[in-house]
Amino acid sequence: MPKRKATISARECVACGCCVKVCPKSAITVPKGICAEVNKALCIGCGKCAKECPASIIKMEVTEP
Amino acid sequence: MKQQKKWYDYLWIASLTYLILGFFNILFAWLGLLCFFIPLLISIAKGNKAYCNKYCGRGQLFALAGGRFGLSRKKDIPKWMRSNYFRYGFLTFFFAMFFLMLWNTYLVFAGAKNLKMAVTLLWTFRVPWHWAYHGTWLSDGVAQFAFGFYSVMLTSTILGLITMVLFKPRSWCVYCPMGTMTQLICKARNVTLSQKIKK
Ligand code: SF4
Ligand code: SF4
Ligand code: SF4
Repeated sequence: MPKRKATISARECVACGCCVKVCPKSAITVPKGICAEVNKALCIGCGKCAKECPASIIKMEVTEP
Repeated sequence: MKQQKKWYDYLWIASLTYLILGFFNILFAWLGLLCFFIPLLISIAKGNKAYCNKYCGRGQLFALAGGRFGLSRKKDIPKWMRSNYFRYGFLTFFFAMFFLMLWNTYLVFAGAKNLKMAVTLLWTFRVPWHWAYHGTWLSDGVAQFAFGFYSVMLTSTILGLITMVLFKPRSWCVYCPMGTMTQLICKARNVTLSQKIKK
């Protein structure tokens, strides 16, 4: 099964950092306070961040080639 | 693997204490200025949202009540509520109301108006709050500001609780004026930064 990873819709992110707090792999950061970024190398695709995001803008998407 | 809890993960206690103190002595409301200036100073000085991302006790309170205690439906917030129109609109409205509150405070300072011992909820409902006022040796305006500021804090908490129940625990963060403003400041700062780099 192809791996799913968290993908953030940057334009809609409110940079609240809720996703950062729940990520078990610390794969998310909010650099410069504008929008969150996922380090795809660390993300294990657990989907916790997508559940937590109050704006519901994180999608779990297949990114592997 | 759970992330290690840090000292700032307990700031929700401070937020809760703040709300409770206002029931006993309204003058404690002045402390709320901290969660007004700290996020602004962090975003202006450091250019990030560390306040939201780490320290905000209110966000933690919603996360706890809505998450741990299950007081949230955990449904997606409607699209219009996370649109920039709504977010910036709410920010504008919030500040308009804030300045109105400051103006009223000024009038009391100036002696043009009498102190109103009430907390105004949702900018409409005036709730008597005289039990929390035991007089001050300072101007009445000091107390008026406390009542006004506590109204702002309580109103935003109520709104936050409503959206917490209806949507996700921290739905308030989507349209929180402080969050929107600090994000705007960060954006503005980084525009100027990248312009500097280009030069
Ligand atoms: S899916 Fe899981 S591992 Fe990946 S960023 Fe979200 S919380 Fe972290
Ligand atoms: S939880 Fe959602 S809105 Fe908040 S920083 Fe993460 S992606 Fe952005
Ligand atoms: S958006 Fe508002 S409530 Fe949420 S963490 Fe930031 S300051 Fe706190």
